Amino acid sequence: MNLKNADSGPVPEPLIALAGNPNTGKSTIFNGLTGLKQHTGNWPGKTVAQTKGQYRHGNRTINLVDLPGTYSLLAGSPEEQVARDFICFAAPDVTIVVADAGCLERHLNLVLQVMEITPKTILCVNLIDEAEKKKIRIDYEKLHTLLGIPVVPTAARNKKGLGALKNTADDLIAGKIKPSPRLPAYDEPVENALQTLGKSLQRFYSGGLNPRWLALRLLDGDPALRAELKESLRKNPKPGIAGAEQKKLIAAFLQEAASYRRKLGPDLRDRVVRSLYQRAEEIVAGVVRKPPVKVADWNNRIDNIVTSRLYGYPIILLLLGFIFWLTIAGANYPSELLARILFGLEEKLATTGQALGVPAWLDGLLVKGIYRSLAWVVSVMLPPMAIFFPLFTFLEDLGFLPRVAFNLDKFFKKAGAHGKQSLTMCMGFGCNAVGVTACRIIDSARERLIAILTNNFVPCNGRFPTLFIMASFFSVALLGRTNSLLASALVLLVILVGVGATLLCSLLLSKTILRGIPSTFTLELPGYRWPKIGTLLIRSILDRTLFVLGRAVTIAAPAGAFVWLLANIQSGEGSLLTQLAGWLQGFGNLLGMDGYIILAFILGLPANEIVLPILVMGYLSGSYLLEPESVEAFHALFFANGWTWLTALNVMIFALLHFPCGTTLLTIRKETLGGKWTFLSAFLPTVAGIILCLLITQVVRFFRLV
Amino acid sequence: MELTALPIGKSATIAGLNAKGPTRRRLLDLGMIPATTIEAVRKSPAGDPVAYKVRGTIIALRSEESRLIRVHQ
Repeated sequence: MNLKNADSGPVPEPLIALAGNPNTGKSTIFNGLTGLKQHTGNWPGKTVAQTKGQYRHGNRTINLVDLPGTYSLLAGSPEEQVARDFICFAAPDVTIVVADAGCLERHLNLVLQVMEITPKTILCVNLIDEAEKKKIRIDYEKLHTLLGIPVVPTAARNKKGLGALKNTADDLIAGKIKPSPRLPAYDEPVENALQTLGKSLQRFYSGGLNPRWLALRLLDGDPALRAELKESLRKNPKPGIAGAEQKKLIAAFLQEAASYRRKLGPDLRDRVVRSLYQRAEEIVAGVVRKPPVKVADWNNRIDNIVTSRLYGYPIILLLLGFIFWLTIAGANYPSELLARILFGLEEKLATTGQALGVPAWLDGLLVKGIYRSLAWVVSVMLPPMAIFFPLFTFLEDLGFLPRVAFNLDKFFKKAGAHGKQSLTMCMGFGCNAVGVTACRIIDSARERLIAILTNNFVPCNGRFPTLFIMASFFSVALLGRTNSLLASALVLLVILVGVGATLLCSLLLSKTILRGIPSTFTLELPGYRWPKIGTLLIRSILDRTLFVLGRAVTIAAPAGAFVWLLANIQSGEGSLLTQLAGWLQGFGNLLGMDGYIILAFILGLPANEIVLPILVMGYLSGSYLLEPESVEAFHALFFANGWTWLTALNVMIFALLHFPCGTTLLTIRKETLGGKWTFLSAFLPTVAGIILCLLITQVVRFFRLV
Repeated sequence: MELTALPIGKSATIAGLNAKGPTRRRLLDLGMIPATTIEAVRKSPAGDPVAYKVRGTIIALRSEESRLIRVHQ
């Protein structure tokens, strides 16, 4: 019985930890149990930090923590340390280890390691639906006997077995199930050492750590763990043993461990891992039946095409291009409709305001300032996001991104970057702040910094709408009408520029201030999984679309008011906004843009989503008197301000290459603990953007292309 | 021979690891211990990394790592 639960106060809240290899559907189980919408990608190692959630069972609340996905608890990567430390030191009431039914042998390695730490372990064999399709049969009863811990088969995607999992956890917490884990046996010298050390330990230690496991870790000599183990020894003396006596016993014990360590030799780790896998092999031989003939392997056939020399790269480009095309072509009509409704409402609001006698300045601030920018954000950003995010999530959940990483890895290696950088880069497509945080999964400090500094080179959710809208305008300016094909090709090109800039900048950094060689990298290519479309839609709309829209709306409202004020406070020759834009005009013109655009990028620092709304507000506050009521009207607004296709192109490039948003900058500061790196992360892309826009503009103007 | 020399589509048995430190631990944890069967499954279109099947999982390794794995056919 856990001491925490012994109080007679309010019903105690048990704590359950969820561990498992990456890509075992661990996060799906977490979502299934808690109902909390937490994103699960079919990508190994998605969870960087722990995600927490709760569920009700019977009359109490159970806390659940989703630990980072790890293959083992021994290798000492950041993810593994987080997972191991949580299981050891946070002492959860139950630890559920999720394993893949189709690949039990490798997963049992982790299960056995967790069992060594805590007997209160449940093995959750997930993905049994996939295993059944492959005609793999598992004897769960025998598996339970061989391991000595509860075993629950689940198919979390279809919510199968989750009830049983909750009940089993409950029984284990209540003590109705008494686990008697059958731990792996090591070779004789190791076992002898463990027994002697375990006995010495019991003389003075009363902490919660399993003596056998503690001794094994000391023999293994993991430096990252040593300090924490010593701390636990010091803090948990047996009653009656204190002060000098305790110190003496600990010192003697550590010396004993060190001498055993020398005797056992340097290959202890190999022997330990070998024993773990041998035990896993034995268990699997007894409980798993696989068909003798191979069932048709679709994964293999798909991968033969997706990673082939001939089609590997074109497929990635075509797929991304197709998604962009669907987004641009599909967003046109709903955008139009939303604009008509929302801007129609604006007039009504204004008339109602006047009828109620609201003062003109307040009416202007609320309607022309706040409402108008909100209406713009919703009508222009919502449709492309509602199409793009589900499509991108689909690719993610399908398991396509690891193939992208597989195909691109050589370039990252050449750039001196870590292989995981392609993963953090892909997460940057969602949100750069998230991408920067995700860089924690990179062990080497040098490579982590490179990944953090270059994350902003891929456009985030907040910048995609700008890209889509500008690309549409580009096609209108060039051809006289919207051409979705041209527009999507342009967005694709900009993304390629972003990836190119990422590689180039990584190379530059790894050859100059962050010199070094790439460290170890292994990438799992998980099986493809057809996503549950319903869940995918709900998740991508709720978690991504509405999240980004919500953020945009929250920031756009005050920003709209601020810009309206700037546009309406007169000083000297014109409004503050006109004057500010005037100062920036020369610089903007040099880059093929104008003062208002540069100002919009600067004022858009809090969030990239509001750059275009600010720009439109700026233009509308000037001499141009158009009532915005459709997307064409916005195009007309841009034309009236002297835009050409070159302007749109430069806005796209500058949207891709400029300082990160405020949130991302704060995150970088937090992650790198330094103003210097934060400054560099803003300086690098901005300089790149200025140079590229300048070059393009001057070349285009030199040849009189516009 | 080194794992890098294993042709695509062929299997071999792991003889040992020449890796040290974290790389060695990482490879061990993926189940790459002596006597384990490993199959070279596919090459990246750029030639590196190469994906290997080991203990039912497909793992891609850069040549820097696969060079450290000794195998015999």
